[in-house]
Amino acid sequence: MLKQEDRIFKNLYNDLGSSLNDSFKRDDWSNTKELISKGKEWIINEVKLSELRGRGGAGFPTGVKWSFAPKKVGSRPHYLIINADESEPGTCKDRDIMRFEPQKLIEGCLITAYAVNAHKCYIYIRGEYTKEGEYLQKAIDEAYEKNLIGKNACNSGWDLDIYIHYGAGAYICGEETALLESLEGNKGQPRLKPPFPALVGLYGCPTIVNNVETIAVVPTILRRGAKWFASLGRPKNTGTKIFCISGNVNKPCNVEEEMGISLKDLIEKHAGGVIGGWENLQAVIPGGSSMPLIPKASCDTLKMDFDSLVAEKSGLGTAGVIVINKDQDILKCMARIARFYKHESCGQCTPCREGSGWMWRILERAAKGEATHKDIDLLSDVTKQIEGHTICAFGEGSAWPVQGLLRHFRKEIDKRCYSEPIIKKRKNIPYLVDQHLLEK
Amino acid sequence: MSVKKVYDKQPDTFEFTKENLVLAENILNKYPKERKKSAVMPLLYLAQNQNDNWIPLAALKYIGKFLSMPYINVYEIATFYSMYNLSPVGKYFVQVCTTTPCLLRGANEIVKACQKKISKNENTISENGMCSWTEVECLGACVNAPMMQVNRDYYEDLSKNNIEKILDSFMQDDPIKPGSFRNRKNSAPENNKINGNGINNA
Repeated sequence: MLKQEDRIFKNLYNDLGSSLNDSFKRDDWSNTKELISKGKEWIINEVKLSELRGRGGAGFPTGVKWSFAPKKVGSRPHYLIINADESEPGTCKDRDIMRFEPQKLIEGCLITAYAVNAHKCYIYIRGEYTKEGEYLQKAIDEAYEKNLIGKNACNSGWDLDIYIHYGAGAYICGEETALLESLEGNKGQPRLKPPFPALVGLYGCPTIVNNVETIAVVPTILRRGAKWFASLGRPKNTGTKIFCISGNVNKPCNVEEEMGISLKDLIEKHAGGVIGGWENLQAVIPGGSSMPLIPKASCDTLKMDFDSLVAEKSGLGTAGVIVINKDQDILKCMARIARFYKHESCGQCTPCREGSGWMWRILERAAKGEATHKDIDLLSDVTKQIEGHTICAFGEGSAWPVQGLLRHFRKEIDKRCYSEPIIKKRKNIPYLVDQHLLEK
Repeated sequence: MSVKKVYDKQPDTFEFTKENLVLAENILNKYPKERKKSAVMPLLYLAQNQNDNWIPLAALKYIGKFLSMPYINVYEIATFYSMYNLSPVGKYFVQVCTTTPCLLRGANEIVKACQKKISKNENTISENGMCSWTEVECLGACVNAPMMQVNRDYYEDLSKNNIEKILDSFMQDDPIKPGSFRNRKNSAPENNKINGNGINNA
């Protein structure tokens, strides 16, 4: 269990107030000028030493990402983009940061912008979070008033302007290049990489895109030292993480915990246990809907960090833990996820645009018990044809959950399928099929 | 990609009101001068707010001229993103999340209640003209499932016992206060114990 003093987001539930004055009491902005005066190299190095990995899903080392930005500003200005387009089913952590710990995010923006030479920062919030955007805007206004950001922010000599930009209900805009397209006023369709945004990003300028949670932990890491952050969790999987536990648990909640906490502790100690008891657990989706599910057998000893979950052929993703108990029809749950991806595909790459629909339809049929075994083989084939054949990771995100389902629940699915096409059963209907071919 | 139906009775003209023109100028200032196009999404929201929560085609043309970009590009954006309504919605626009985390906790009951109280089909305005409803994908409040968004507000921790009462309040144009309907504090676990520091500890 994470100790109270090691908690970064002390106001996750808004017990302490989210205004600027309340934030001062939680050490926000206490020595920002001093941190900045230690220089860009020091900041980037410290973040590298802390082994902080991006909290948005991919888990890319943050310090390394920052070091990709050109060291000197050339003819094009640099931009910092905060990705607050939190749309992954099962994930609602950034929402609480924006509502209740906005100053941590804003301070993180200033420090990061300084480290990557950016004077402008855009926060891309999903359109549905209008209220959260208003809270954040209020916090930004407060920070401007106290000159914590703006011209010569915090007397550090650095200028920073922060703007909020709302999305409009497209999941794909959480992908960094789709987000940039959207911010430029286009449809949110991802770009080919390379070139990576660090060199050619927003308006063709060097751009660093980071998740809300990643940026919001940076000030605390610098303040308490990289060593402290690295001492939590285990090597390469350090620090704390906000877990969102939803689905069939007694007390669904968001909770900040140490990386590498066991799944069982997370569910039983924080979320009040699985509805119907631990034995009633069927499967867990550990990192938002794009990550393959993990069946009960592996859940007993599962550790929640990037590398342990990769070893289970899944991933930590955004740490949105969706718990599914045995009262649920797993096929229906996954068919609904497939429908989500069908709805959200941006339509740019054919394998994803068409394949996501195929997966949804076959799964719906299977859930109703109208599929044949061959359909399920076809489904498996379709997932392989999507994976790796698309511009962005959406292809993998939509195919992996289905592959996970087939990997772990093939027997249950097969039980509900016909072994032969329905057409063969009706062999007395002469006009339906060439009967003579069936007769032996 | 969402299916969009463009309303068949379109107004001939659209213009921003004086207040909205000021807001539009403020929005333009957020982006570099030569990148006016970036403002298209906020301006579409502005038009939608001005026009009872839906955007007529005339507004798309107007915004295209406003930002010196082709009409087709504006149309493309208005149809790509699901939050721009191209046909009228009810005064209270109920969006029910039915993605898996909400489904697991009974989102289908919420949908049934909407069908019963508002209208049998999605995207159809109720007989008294107050409400319309639609199923949407994950709204990002999964630990407060099942939930729905009504205009800008989130209604969380719903159940089949209270949903009809909540929907009634919209139908009677007397909206109930948004938030959690199980007296939970934001995303904290229910009946959370408070430790010595006065900080909720899960």
